[in-house]
Amino acid sequence: MTAPVALAPSPQRFAIAPALFPWCVLAVLAVLCLLLKAELPWLVNFPKEWTLPLATYINAVTDAVVAVIQPGFRALSALLDAPMRGTRLALAWLPWPAVMLAVVALALKSSGERLAIFALATLAYILLAGYWPQSMNTLALVLLAVPISTVLGFLLGVLGYARPRWRPVLLGALDLMQTVPAFAYLIPLLLLFGFGPVVGLIASAIYATPPMVRNTMLGLDRVPAAISEAGLMSGCTRRQQFWQVEVPTALPQLLVGFNQTTMAALSMVIVAAIIGGFEDIGWEVLSSMRKAEFGQSILSGLVIALLAILIDRLTIGFAKAPETGPTRAMRWMTSRRLAMTLAVALALAVVIRLAAPDATLLPETGLRMQMGAVNQWLLGLVRDYAWFFNGLRNSVLYCLLLPMRVGISGSATPAMWGFVLPPSALAAYVVLVLALAVLVVRRSGWRAAVAVVAAGLVLYTGFLDLPWPIFILAVALLAAQVGGPRLGLFAVAGFGLILVNGLWPQLVQSLYLCTLAVLLCLLVGGALGTWAAHSDRVSRILKPICDALQTMPQFVFLIPALMFFKVGEFTALIAIMLYAIVPPIRYVEHGLRHVRADVVEAVEQMGATPMQTLLQAKLPLALPVVMLGLNQTIMAALSMLAIAALVGTRDLGQAVYVALGKADAGMGLIAGLSIAFLAILADRLIQAAVARSAVASH
Amino acid sequence: MGTDTAARPIKLACRNVWKVYGRRPGYYFDSRGYVIDPDALAERLRAEAHLPAVVDASFEVATGEIFVIMGLSGSGKSTLVRCLSRLVEPSAGEILLDGRNLLAASGKELIELRRHAMGMVFQNFGLLPHLNVLGNVAFPLKIQGKPAKEREARAREMIALVGLEGREASFPHQLSGGQQQRVGIARSLAVGPELWFLDEPFSALDPLIRKQMQDEFLRLQRMLKKTIIFITHDIAEAFRLADRLAIMRAGKIVQIGRPADIVLNPADEYVAQFTDDMPLLRVITAGDIATPANGAALPEQSVAADTSLEALIPQLASGVGAFTVPGAGGSPPALLSASAVLAVLEREQARRTRE
Repeated sequence: MTAPVALAPSPQRFAIAPALFPWCVLAVLAVLCLLLKAELPWLVNFPKEWTLPLATYINAVTDAVVAVIQPGFRALSALLDAPMRGTRLALAWLPWPAVMLAVVALALKSSGERLAIFALATLAYILLAGYWPQSMNTLALVLLAVPISTVLGFLLGVLGYARPRWRPVLLGALDLMQTVPAFAYLIPLLLLFGFGPVVGLIASAIYATPPMVRNTMLGLDRVPAAISEAGLMSGCTRRQQFWQVEVPTALPQLLVGFNQTTMAALSMVIVAAIIGGFEDIGWEVLSSMRKAEFGQSILSGLVIALLAILIDRLTIGFAKAPETGPTRAMRWMTSRRLAMTLAVALALAVVIRLAAPDATLLPETGLRMQMGAVNQWLLGLVRDYAWFFNGLRNSVLYCLLLPMRVGISGSATPAMWGFVLPPSALAAYVVLVLALAVLVVRRSGWRAAVAVVAAGLVLYTGFLDLPWPIFILAVALLAAQVGGPRLGLFAVAGFGLILVNGLWPQLVQSLYLCTLAVLLCLLVGGALGTWAAHSDRVSRILKPICDALQTMPQFVFLIPALMFFKVGEFTALIAIMLYAIVPPIRYVEHGLRHVRADVVEAVEQMGATPMQTLLQAKLPLALPVVMLGLNQTIMAALSMLAIAALVGTRDLGQAVYVALGKADAGMGLIAGLSIAFLAILADRLIQAAVARSAVASH
Repeated sequence: MGTDTAARPIKLACRNVWKVYGRRPGYYFDSRGYVIDPDALAERLRAEAHLPAVVDASFEVATGEIFVIMGLSGSGKSTLVRCLSRLVEPSAGEILLDGRNLLAASGKELIELRRHAMGMVFQNFGLLPHLNVLGNVAFPLKIQGKPAKEREARAREMIALVGLEGREASFPHQLSGGQQQRVGIARSLAVGPELWFLDEPFSALDPLIRKQMQDEFLRLQRMLKKTIIFITHDIAEAFRLADRLAIMRAGKIVQIGRPADIVLNPADEYVAQFTDDMPLLRVITAGDIATPANGAALPEQSVAADTSLEALIPQLASGVGAFTVPGAGGSPPALLSASAVLAVLEREQARRTRE
């Protein structure tokens, strides 16, 4: 901070930093709001009469536009339907031995014998479990969506690379495409393209394009100057320079983009089953979950998980050579041998089909037919241990979720906690918070103290009863001070939009669910990451788990959460945490492991204990990386919010999901944009904070 | 002095070249009709938030000459060499290649020039990661659309020239830094250019390898006789390789001359400090201080004009009083007396004691 402005005669003791001043005003306002809450209820509950029927307007516009352009899109839909049918028929026609041979050969070429064995096991499992046709249908959609996304993403990426002026627009569009929950744009797509798997295909293509765009731009940007200059000095024309110098040099990054695009497409294809309901693996999971057939949902969820891991390793294997060099098996599987093996697989398919044109060749009864007993057993298990699961759920619900939602003031009732807090306890609470704030001022400055007071306030009123003017002003003030006045205005505009659309209660529900999930993820994931940074064994154990968690489509996380904890907010919390816990583990470990060794040595040489080294040297140095992890955690939590709506929440995700059910394009869009707004705001805030600390440390 | 270089035709001439980065550099050079004072303009540019990376650079390079541009990092030497090849577009000035204005060349002509007339070697090698050694060296020929057989034969020839036979199938990441730069050199020579740019080619290498590569470079130049612009920040390297060298500071060329000129007559305090550590006896050659014989009797002992004074010390110690220095290209022989060598030695002594 620059020199503090003296407001009192003795500047040493009463100096107030200019940036602190608005916070003091805000604190006074907050107290006023709390006192006037009873007289002016609109301070807490935004009145219905004040909302604007924006969603209705949007629907009117959409209806009019859709009526005009629908025929064109229906034609496009019919056009896409043909290749989709074709791919599905082709994959259904291929007998499984041929598919297995081809995939194993590809795996051998991509990453060697271990992946080949994994591929064989995965496909055998799918076959035996009885999900072969469904998996092939899912694969058909992925096979169609991926080329569309890859080509589109590459073209857009090249545009962003070659025309830097368009880049901000492009990046903004990408942010929206990745943060607006897919359910929200499924609605207009449904209106335009009509009901059916084509919508799933298009939604997947939209969702899977951004990673390819980003990686294309990244790869082309990162072509070393010396290489592009060498190309120019060799006398390349513009075209030669692009195709023979820049693209080949960027190829590894492009392949990483291809890998991410494929994974996104797979994830989305499975989510799209919610509207599709044609026989694919996502639908199997969804319907078995709805019927509470946990045996089947675990079986089919495992299919998705294994399939996702297989496709991920297969595509990443082509992008990155292993650090130890190619294995013998990879060297043996030359491009020529691969082509021959694929030809053999095709011949095998033809021979089998000639011999048995109509036989499915699939096992008569898959594993899933014999799940009745397992279902009973699982249900029994859940019932027998209900005391444990319910106990866990209730204790978290009453001790964490509720106080966050309605605050201490709301929870301390006979109905909830069984007692009422006397005024003296409340006074003690206020004193405690203020004392803590004073302590923090001394140790870490006023910013931390403001955070303490804010947390104390939220804990007292809960997210639900927090006066909205105070909340909006506080976030806007934070945004303006960290990221500049434009970010502050952005925050006000976004929250204003949510407010006038009457989505404030849902927003608050989302906020408290996400805040809690993110805090718990940081706590648990941070601890695990720290442990992994100090123990190679833990790191080795955690790595494949993190890999698997990150590879899996979000949908899968609902299965165990729903099985043990039934429908409800706690289940959503568990599902969100399962998905969002990977970034803190990864980033904390990475940050701690890559702290500059000379600094750590210097601190250790001074005689710091391991704990002092961690807390006073390593963690502060790793902070920027940890902040990036926090950013990723928030993004993951918000994106899971929409999926978690399936297990019953009352948040923005649910608003999107309900709008999807009612084909209410306006409401879906607004709720979806609200989630995107939260994600983008959080992202910009954290990036600005990291940039500020980077500037400050130089 | 410098008779042999001056006699050769000028290959490349650089006249009042400027490169300015900033919002509107063009504005400052729209000044037909009056003379620009370089220092005043550079100062004004800096004051008005522009960065003059190259300030009024003028020099000429003769055919077959090694012209070294030396300066610390940020002095503008890399920008200058990029202006010469138009990888960077100069803001003002004239660059003449064989008398033709390079800045007037169209995009197509420029591509033709780069395909046939220029070669360039980069500090960080700039090898294409997806091509092996053979593919990298053959790349400029492939770009020209030469048939595969022809370009492969030529590439193999170049690879043999830089001593990398047997590594044709290796990829850049499998090679050491020195080997990678050999590939970069082979590639830049593949099209047989007359003009050869080397932008700090050995700066990324270990000192031992660097020395080896400098020897290799001199060997190649004795064979190929290219016209060379060599950029370096290493003063020892500059003095070792240069026929003539230019010293740059803050975008401006502060002195141009042969190594001996620069150590004997530094243009200013900066150059003097810069060259302080260069041992005079090693930099100055017999030709530099030999005086015309003017018909006087020539001594029996004869030394080549490019012999360093250091190498003459043993002979001086054994009592030789004077040497004949044969003139190059038919010019009359010159005389080098022991006292002239001793005068340089004394001067070196004075430099040492001053410190």
